[in-house]
Amino acid sequence: MLEASLAVSPVIAETKTATIGPDAGPLTLKINGTVRTIAVAPHSTLAEVLRGSLDLTGTKIGCDRGACSACTVWLDGIPVASCMMLAIDVGDRSVTTIEGLSDGDKLHPVQAAFIEHDAVQCGFCTPGLVMSCASLLAQNPHPTLDEVKAATSGHLCRCGTYPHVFAAMLAAATTGKG
Amino acid sequence: MRRDKFPSGIAGVSVGEIERQVPADEAPPLPTNDRLAVIGKSVPRINGRAKVTGTARFTVDIKLPGMLHARLLRSPHPHARIASIDIQAAERHPDVRAVHVITDVVGRAVERDSGTDRGAGVHLPAALYIGAPIAAVAAITEEVADAALGLIKVDYEVLPFVVDMEDARKSDAPAVFASPVIGTGFEGRTPGSGEIAQHGNIRGPSKAGARGDIDVGFAEADVVVEEEYRTQVQTHCCMETHSVVADWRPDGLTVYLSTQFTAGVRNELAEAFKLPRNRVRVVVDAMGGGFGSKSSAGNYARAAVALSRAAGAPVRLALDRREEQLDSGNRPGTFQRLKIGARKDGRLSAISLYTYGTAGTATGAGVGNVAQAMYECANFASEQYDVFINAGPGCAMRGPGNTPGAFALEQTIDELAEKLTIDPLLLRDRIDASPVRREERRRGAERIGWSRRHVPGADKGPIKRGIGVAQSLWGANVQTNASCEVRLLRDGSVEILSSVQDIGTGIGTVLAQVVAEELGLRPQDITVRIGDTDFPAGPPSYGSRTTASITPPARNAAYKIKQMLLEIAAPHLGVAVDDLLMRDGRIVARQDATRSMSLRDAAATLRTDQIGALASRSDDYGGFRRAMTDAALAENDLGGVQFAEVAVDTETGIIRVERFVAVQDCGRPMNPRQIESQVQGGILQGISYALFEDRIMDRHTGYMLNADLEHYKIVGPRETPDIDVIVLENYQGQSATDAYGIAEPSNIATAPAIANAIYNAIGVRLRQLPMTPAAVLSALGRIPRGS
Repeated sequence: MLEASLAVSPVIAETKTATIGPDAGPLTLKINGTVRTIAVAPHSTLAEVLRGSLDLTGTKIGCDRGACSACTVWLDGIPVASCMMLAIDVGDRSVTTIEGLSDGDKLHPVQAAFIEHDAVQCGFCTPGLVMSCASLLAQNPHPTLDEVKAATSGHLCRCGTYPHVFAAMLAAATTGKG
Repeated sequence: MRRDKFPSGIAGVSVGEIERQVPADEAPPLPTNDRLAVIGKSVPRINGRAKVTGTARFTVDIKLPGMLHARLLRSPHPHARIASIDIQAAERHPDVRAVHVITDVVGRAVERDSGTDRGAGVHLPAALYIGAPIAAVAAITEEVADAALGLIKVDYEVLPFVVDMEDARKSDAPAVFASPVIGTGFEGRTPGSGEIAQHGNIRGPSKAGARGDIDVGFAEADVVVEEEYRTQVQTHCCMETHSVVADWRPDGLTVYLSTQFTAGVRNELAEAFKLPRNRVRVVVDAMGGGFGSKSSAGNYARAAVALSRAAGAPVRLALDRREEQLDSGNRPGTFQRLKIGARKDGRLSAISLYTYGTAGTATGAGVGNVAQAMYECANFASEQYDVFINAGPGCAMRGPGNTPGAFALEQTIDELAEKLTIDPLLLRDRIDASPVRREERRRGAERIGWSRRHVPGADKGPIKRGIGVAQSLWGANVQTNASCEVRLLRDGSVEILSSVQDIGTGIGTVLAQVVAEELGLRPQDITVRIGDTDFPAGPPSYGSRTTASITPPARNAAYKIKQMLLEIAAPHLGVAVDDLLMRDGRIVARQDATRSMSLRDAAATLRTDQIGALASRSDDYGGFRRAMTDAALAENDLGGVQFAEVAVDTETGIIRVERFVAVQDCGRPMNPRQIESQVQGGILQGISYALFEDRIMDRHTGYMLNADLEHYKIVGPRETPDIDVIVLENYQGQSATDAYGIAEPSNIATAPAIANAIYNAIGVRLRQLPMTPAAVLSALGRIPRGS
């Protein structure tokens, strides 16, 4: 996850002498399977751009400095803290947000499990948690409790949904989906 | 009025009947949950799908056409008089649309003599802590607003400050306030009045609840325990920060606010901005946590409204995490000296409590009523003081007062038990009159395996385990000013309407369950419209009162609709109204199931598109213990008993909470899984309070050193223990649903349960929060004290 966010986009690496900004310039991003071109100021974080010009407010900002993981999205399937990366560093990697996780009306198994096990209270940390949990299931279809705790360890939930999140993930695991 | 018989007692122990006087227009008694279709079942949260898909709309997500973005200018000084503010340069910025200077601050104590010596012009409140709000700017982007803050010229006269509570108590300490204050109390303590004495930064004493004669009581004691305890300042850390979108238009003001009390804020803003209430609307959809900090319209919301009025456009203002840590409220820190005397057989003879605490620049740093009310004791006296420091004003936080108070009380009771060589549970059996807590102790002891408990410090090797117990007590608040409307539309669909807000507890789901049960429908058939003052005013969601306050009106409104439908159906079916029931979407004759019609067909005969019924919260059928304006205290307190199992590494000092068993009561449980979520949440916040959280102020600069979420530590997944929740069904026959709250009772016993478990593990008592590895090692003598 750290590697994914620190890696500079090849586009930037090539433009060694060109300067961009401070005003907004066009940026093309692959978001939830769709290519979007929007005006982005170079210092904008991916989280700001998602919530701002892309109108994808499912991704939340809790601390804006990588401490709470509420802003978790996927970059080529890997969870990253979108508040901790610049939009211009995404390059041509695919961004998946919470809005892109379900398939139309069909919920992702993690989403369905969260509802069934009441792994939700106020819901603010939920999108980020769901993204980390869905990524875990994709890599490890049968995680242990410790593996679930490790995968979610960066997420802060003040309401205290962790026990039900664990129950949801262990249940989603045994159904063999994900 | 009519006389009805209600189930009464604890399910699984003994449930009998109690007769009550019930208003004639209210619904008949509900049986116990096992005989109900929907109430008492773990119905999935109705807004769960929106939350897991990211479509739930929080205040920070709202975008309105032409919306401006606001930022607050905050004091860089811990204490300063403000001679003048020049906003002209900020106003002239081409992308700034409005600038507002805050002349009336809310949320903190106010001097009795508010600076009449400033001469002509507007009096500017002093800046009393780093982060105090001074002014606000609305601009086309948040970045511009931020930059424009730097254009505001403030003439600060820097004054001496104090941020350490002990320093503030000294007679030569810098004075936080220029003159004695009028307090603003909050729940957990008797509200401050103008009459309480203040010397320097110390305001008090308040001596509420005294009874008997403690000198006589201590003279009768065979054993006395007197100890000192300290608890830290804790911040709420709501994941959605305080945020607002204010939209002032010529025909009225709409405010989107992350709030625990839409109706209260509506009234507050109407008064503050001199608008009639019928032109002010407050709305919240999804809401990212409050825990007591979002109960009123704070300075930030009022500033946004003022900016919107000036700019003629909607204004969004959301606190960043640093602002949230500095200036959105906090749980006061306390010092307590608690002395309890007991006779040989355990009966308490005297309780004496001396306490002072700090709510920063606010009043209300009490320790609640646990010492006074939990156990039987004829003689009780307390003396409580507020100590002011130059830090953000405190406010209510999940179980205010009782949470720090229980940390001292429950450890002292444990210590008494040891001195008396009586088992801590057995001692509580002797001195605790509550039959509910007796049953909670019994069930919890069995579940945790209390008989496994060894003598303190018995484990060999560096990892030592222990089991501890503690109890919580919380007044069962009821908002009597709480109303709900139920509407039936001509196609048979049903709506519930109330201004009550869902702050994460799932009240919308519970309301759907209540109305579904009454009308024989499924919860998913009901549309729940809440969080909007366009609907009848509902209760606040603080004080653990939401469920108790709004579910009876919902049921009674649904009951009225039901009676109207039965009146329609009776002649069609040739059956008397009293012989009809509603089930599975149909109206059915009790004696002959073949005589039935669908609710939809009955609704189709309505003369108009809809019928509606409004109901409000009546008094508890057996009466209240105490009635106030808009609210009352139920006869019986809420409570719980929690057991903690910990493992303490005596080489590193690290405390691992391995297991919790919580046995709680909330009257009639409405939705077991949602209740379980709440109790788990209370325990996790309690673990966090016990072991990790601490607001750290730098006494030399007045800064909060950990105004973020990486240095201010809240509990995470890796520190989560196994949590076993048992909820009693405690029927009392007090209302149309007989349901009460659980949020705070589930948070109060947690820290002392852990502390008692730690003592059982290592044989040394920790009397200060948070209980850190350094504290453990220091208590074990492995590092010098005070490291």
